[in-house]
Amino acid sequence: MEYYLSLAVKAIFVENMALAFFLGMCSFLAVSKKVDTAIGLGAAVTFVLTITAPLNSFIYDIALKEGALGWMGERFETIDLSFLSFLVFIGTIAASVQVVEMTLDRYAPALYAALGVFLPLIAVNCAILGASLLLVERGYGVAESTVFGFGAGIGFALAIIALAAIRERMRYSNVPAGLRGLGITFIITGLMAIGFMLFAGIQL
Amino acid sequence: MSSKMNQALLDPLFNNNPIALQVLGICSALAVTTKLETSLVMSVAVVAVLALSNLSVSLIRNMIPSSIRIIVQLTIIASLVIITDQILKAFLFEISKQLSIFVGLIITNCIVMGRAEAYAMQNRPLLSLMDGIGNGIGYAIILILVGTLRELLGAGKIMGVVILPLVTEGGWYHPNGLMTLAPGAFFLIGIFIWLLRTWKPEQVTED
Repeated sequence: MEYYLSLAVKAIFVENMALAFFLGMCSFLAVSKKVDTAIGLGAAVTFVLTITAPLNSFIYDIALKEGALGWMGERFETIDLSFLSFLVFIGTIAASVQVVEMTLDRYAPALYAALGVFLPLIAVNCAILGASLLLVERGYGVAESTVFGFGAGIGFALAIIALAAIRERMRYSNVPAGLRGLGITFIITGLMAIGFMLFAGIQL
Repeated sequence: MSSKMNQALLDPLFNNNPIALQVLGICSALAVTTKLETSLVMSVAVVAVLALSNLSVSLIRNMIPSSIRIIVQLTIIASLVIITDQILKAFLFEISKQLSIFVGLIITNCIVMGRAEAYAMQNRPLLSLMDGIGNGIGYAIILILVGTLRELLGAGKIMGVVILPLVTEGGWYHPNGLMTLAPGAFFLIGIFIWLLRTWKPEQVTED
């Protein structure tokens, strides 16, 4: 239990998807103009990450890893399909997003309406694919992947909501003309990343 | 070369730069730029994938039903990235280890999807190829600039060759550790965008 807790804390703060790994930066910068939409995107990313991370980890373990096809008989034991992982992962992610979208539309229309256009866009969010590739690189199992995926999603949500709140306040500041918009957002994100670096020394 | 092709090739360099103006493909731009060497390899990989994906999408653009176009585009891009990844692993294994997951992330690099969707789906193959190369180079320019500055200021080296001798090795330069970490990349790109928009004021946005 403690191990999973520390894994989650690490995924949320120390290895923050957006601020430490630069994953999901495109939507991080594009959708952080208002707090409402940032919350919507954060929730959607967390949701999809929690589903796709263990799913991809499972698929990798039973089908793609070297020798993973051994359960089909001896002839398959030497097969290594890990080069296919990019294609399989992105397929899983696109399909999960589609399923999540249809399920929400049917059973939770309010949430579906709130997430709006962000839900389909998540399929091409680097944070989702990045998490899947990271957990393969680190050899996480299915349980670890679930915790890691959830933590990474919460971390991303935290960062994007914080950035959106800061950007809403930026309206009252007199930013030099050339720096307005994207430029100052990068500087703010840099400062936030310094803040998140404080967590780097935490050992749990 | 016709003027239209010229435009497709040269416009993305500074006038419509994918990173500085279109806000596409920022994840990898930040993550792989701690050293010039990795930045260069990443740039080449992205230019290759972008050019080929634009070309292939454009070739079959009239055959793709619009309801499944995203999946078709993703499949094309993912296949190209797999090839790139295998080539890197075969010939540049050390660097491919350092790039780690970021080669795979070219798939979801919004530049590739964005250009396929916005340009290649509407334009002829040759024009799309030029657009892909142009956007790739626009991306590469920023990557190489940021990579050079981060390696120079953070470690006193360029391509592993010592330019500024470090204090720890008997020289005079105190390395700026911030540059090798995440925030340094954000600051550098922020400043770069500032400079670009001061040079070309029409790119300034409000809010």
